[in-house]
Amino acid sequence: MNILSEAWRYLRDGDNWTGPGGMANLLNQQLLLTITALVMALVIGLPIALWLGHLGRGGFLAINVSNVGRAVPTFALLALLVVAEWPGTQSFGPYGRAGLATLIALTLFALPPIITNAYVAVREVPPDVRESARGMGMTGPQQFFRVELPLALPLVMSGVRLALVQVWATATIAALVAGPGLGRVITDGFFRSNYGKGIAGAIVVALVALVLELLAALVQRLADPMRRGGSSSNREMGVSAGTSTVDETVDAVG
Amino acid sequence: MTLLAEAGTQVLTTASAPSCYSRLTNEWICGQYLTDRHQEVLDATVQHIWITVVSVLVGLVIAFPLALLARRLPRLESLILGVTTGIYTIPSLALFPLMVPFTGLTATTVVLGLALYALTILVRSLLEGFRSVPEDVVESATGLGYSRLKLLFGIELPLALPVVMAGLRVATVSTVALTTVGSLVSYGGLGNLIKDGVSTNFRAELLTASVICVLLAVLLDVVLVGAQRVLTPWTRGVRA
Repeated sequence: MNILSEAWRYLRDGDNWTGPGGMANLLNQQLLLTITALVMALVIGLPIALWLGHLGRGGFLAINVSNVGRAVPTFALLALLVVAEWPGTQSFGPYGRAGLATLIALTLFALPPIITNAYVAVREVPPDVRESARGMGMTGPQQFFRVELPLALPLVMSGVRLALVQVWATATIAALVAGPGLGRVITDGFFRSNYGKGIAGAIVVALVALVLELLAALVQRLADPMRRGGSSSNREMGVSAGTSTVDETVDAVG
Repeated sequence: MTLLAEAGTQVLTTASAPSCYSRLTNEWICGQYLTDRHQEVLDATVQHIWITVVSVLVGLVIAFPLALLARRLPRLESLILGVTTGIYTIPSLALFPLMVPFTGLTATTVVLGLALYALTILVRSLLEGFRSVPEDVVESATGLGYSRLKLLFGIELPLALPVVMAGLRVATVSTVALTTVGSLVSYGGLGNLIKDGVSTNFRAELLTASVICVLLAVLLDVVLVGAQRVLTPWTRGVRA
């Protein structure tokens, strides 16, 4: 337990928070990385996935991108990007050493949950609802923006939430390849046998992760006026664990 | 003279054909690396497999009673799901250090950490699996005089298996990938090679370890699909 009091001492020392290599700076850097990567993944992934869902095509791809994303270790991809000729370890604006490599890896790992959830969300709009929309004379875009998108929004948001968790975790791992972010406090501590410092970094990373998750849950609730008050836990997991239901949707789509 | 010349040609030949993983060439794909260092690669792979398998099994052993508890007491369900989801949001590189004060720099740290992640997925899929069992089947079994225990293991669990297995596959594949992070405390299986590959700029080692890692995930997934087919022969007829 001696290590825990060491960690506590590290956290209480203001000097560890300030300065260019301080935890405040590293925290800012990691938040910036996370937000940038998430926005990039949303800009790239969301239109494609929603469009495919609307057309009902490419289901195999949209579902399996998640399986691939799970099987590739984030650490391995980061390592490959850093050791490669490009992007390598070059620093990139405010994102620090290996900033570009980290941003690429983070964006790639944010894409699968966003794509899969958005696709399934649009596909899961009940067929009779879609048919009534068509029966009312709605054009394709009207159908999409007035009927499918609002109904799909809760599940789309839970995909964004999963992506946020994933990006924050991967951004931490960037430190294992000497990249930017708060993870550096952890790796510095552990690789130099200063375990108190490493654990202090871990506490900060874990707390911020929980705060981000709670904020995302709040946003999700606000985006979903229909289900407010009800539990949304069943639906979220329909994508991450209940692969069978997802498979069925794909089978139906063909 | 001849001696000198001989030495000269020797230097020349070694210089003109360095092994593909020497610092000069540092090629990504290198068969020579695999033959020269096969023991090292094999050891790392074996460690990777046992850490993954033990973690998922520990996760399953903890998840099963938790799922039964959550099913029996709905008030506990939201608590269990909330806590496990909370753990799931903590990055692996932070979760391992947080366990170190209790478990030290051992394989237990990695195994328990990974088991906690697997647990989250497994509790949810177990609950979902139990929910997918048709109520009239449970009712008929109860009517036939099945005891609670026999009902659970004879009727509910087999019928829940397809959904549970889907969760088990997700948990296993993500555990294979996450094990690499265990290199923080030197128990990362192939992750140890990846870490070494980054710090020494050793491309062949890095790529080989990464590729084996992905292959391992695919292999374990295929094994689980096979196991599911054997365990639930009745689903095959329905699908076809």
